[in-house]
Amino acid sequence: MSFNNLDNLYRQVIMDHYKNPRNKGVLDEGSLTVNMNNPTCGDRIQLTMKVEDGKVTDSKFEGEGCSISMSSASMMTQAIKGRSVEEALKLSQIFSDIMQGNDYDEDELDLGDIEALQGVAKFPARIKCATLAWKAMEKGLKEEEDNQ
Amino acid sequence: MNAREIRELFPILNQEVNGSPLVYLDSAATSQKPVQVIEALDKYYREYNSNVHRGVHTLGTRATDGYEGAREKVRKFINAKSIEEIIFTRGTTTAINTVAASYGRDNLKEGDEIVISYMEHHSNIIPWQQVAKQTGATLKYIDLQEDGTISLDTVRETVTENTKIVSIMQVSNVLGVMNPIKEIAEIAHQNGAIMVVDGAQSAPHMKIDVQDLNCDFLAFSGHKMCGPTGIGVLYGKKALLKKMEPVEFGGEMIDFVGLYESTWKELPWKFEGGTPIIAGAIGLGAAIDFLNEIGLDNIEKHEHALAAYAMDKMSAIDGMTIYGPKEAGKRAGLVTFNLEDVHPHDVATVLDAEGIAVRAGHHCAQPLMKWLKASATARASFYLYNTEEDIDKLVAGLVKTKEYFSDVF
Repeated sequence: MSFNNLDNLYRQVIMDHYKNPRNKGVLDEGSLTVNMNNPTCGDRIQLTMKVEDGKVTDSKFEGEGCSISMSSASMMTQAIKGRSVEEALKLSQIFSDIMQGNDYDEDELDLGDIEALQGVAKFPARIKCATLAWKAMEKGLKEEEDNQ
Repeated sequence: MNAREIRELFPILNQEVNGSPLVYLDSAATSQKPVQVIEALDKYYREYNSNVHRGVHTLGTRATDGYEGAREKVRKFINAKSIEEIIFTRGTTTAINTVAASYGRDNLKEGDEIVISYMEHHSNIIPWQQVAKQTGATLKYIDLQEDGTISLDTVRETVTENTKIVSIMQVSNVLGVMNPIKEIAEIAHQNGAIMVVDGAQSAPHMKIDVQDLNCDFLAFSGHKMCGPTGIGVLYGKKALLKKMEPVEFGGEMIDFVGLYESTWKELPWKFEGGTPIIAGAIGLGAAIDFLNEIGLDNIEKHEHALAAYAMDKMSAIDGMTIYGPKEAGKRAGLVTFNLEDVHPHDVATVLDAEGIAVRAGHHCAQPLMKWLKASATARASFYLYNTEEDIDKLVAGLVKTKEYFSDVF
C-alpha cells in the first residue's frame, strides 16, 4: 500500500468534517444524552438529540478522537436531523453494512456525505472509530423507543 | 551485540507489510519471537507433549523435566533464592491479581493503605481498587514530578505507617521512566509495608536481581521478552508465599482431598491449579536462554542508545511533543509522542501504510493519560532487534504524516 491508498481513507470531505465539524456542542438539558467511549483507544463522544413526535429535530455532539471518529460523528448528526427515529435507525443499519463491506440499498435513503466513509471498511483497525457515534445514536434512540 | 544479525533470528521481521519492509516498533506491547523459541515450542508438541507431575511414562517425565527446568531458568534469571519462590502464571496481570486476591485480602483491613503511582498500568491499578473495596483499605497514589519521574521525597510523604502494600512498576510503558525500586522498597519496609514490583517492562530489557532489590513480589510476562503469550511469572519471598492461600483450586495443586476438606501441595505448586502452562514455560525457558546468550546488559545498552537516537531525531520534527524525561540515561527503550494536529490513530494508520508498526491509544494507563492531559498518544518501542535504520524510517514516516495531513487540510 502506498500513501495514495490512504486517500481512500482520508477523503477530502472527511477532512473537511474533521476540521470544521458540524453540530458541535451540547443541546439544552432535557435532551436525549448518550455518553460513549471506545475503551481500547480513548475516543469519547457525548451525543445529545432532541426527539419530538417520533422525529429527530436536532442533534449535537462533543468529544475527542481521531479524524475518522470525529468526522463520522459530524456526518451522522447531519444525516439524522429531520429524520424519523425509524429512518435514523435504518441509516445506522446501512452504515454498519457499509463498514462490514456488505451490500446495501443505495436508493433507499440519501446517504449524502456518509458515503465518503466507505473507504474505512478497508482499514479494519479503524472501523470502531467510524462506528462510535452511530452506536451512541442507536443506543439513545432505542432507549427512547423503549420508553415510549 | 549486532542487532542486524539478531534480527535474522526473528523470521516474522523478514516480511513486507503494505508493500514496505516491516518496521516493528511495538515490542512494549509484545515482542517478536526468535527461531529458538519457536523451535522449542514445536519440539515440545512434536516430541514430548504430555502432562506433568503425574503418570510414570517417559513422555511425562520429559515434559516435567522441561517444565521444572524452565522454573530453574527463571529462578536464575532474577536471582531468586529457590524455585519455591517461582510461580508460573498466565502473565503479569494474573500475577498481580494473585497477590491482591490472596495476600491483599488476608492482610488488609479498614484504615490500611495501598500505595501505587499515577503512572501504573491498569493491571497494577484495578486489582488494588478491587481489594480496597473488599477490605475497606484506602488506595493512595504517588504523584509524579513534572518530567514524569517519581521523587523519593514524595514516596516518603505518601507511604505511612498505615501502608501495608506498595506496588510500583519498574519501567513505565508510556513514559519510559525507570523507577528507583530498591529505594522505594526500603521506604516501604521502613513503614512495615511489603513491596510489589510490576516488572512487565523491565524484565525483558534489564538485569533484575530480586535479592538486591529486596522486593517481596515481582510480576512479569513471557511474551514481552521473546517468549510465548499466556505465560508469566510471580516471584514471591518464600516466607510470604508459605502463609498465603491459593487463589485457584482444583487439580495439580492439592495434597489430600477429602469430602469436605483438602490440603495443598508444597510451594510453588499450591499456586498452580489445573494443568499448567507447560509449552509456555518451556518456551519462556528458551527465551531466557536466548536473552542470556546475548546478555541483558548488552540489550539494555543497545536500547538506551536507540532511545537517545530516537529522542534526538524525533524532537527535531516540528510540532512534536514527547512525553516523559528527556535526559538520556533516564529513559528506557521507548518514545511516547504526539504530532501536532494529527490524532495518534491517524499517525498510526499513515505509518502502517509504510509498514511501520507503532501503538496508538491510552496504553492501558488511563489515569496517566489524564495526568498527561492527553486523551491518547502514539508510542514507538524498541527491542534488541531494532536498529537506527528503523528509527530513520519512523522519522521519515512521521515527516510524511505531517505533510500528508497538511496537504489534505
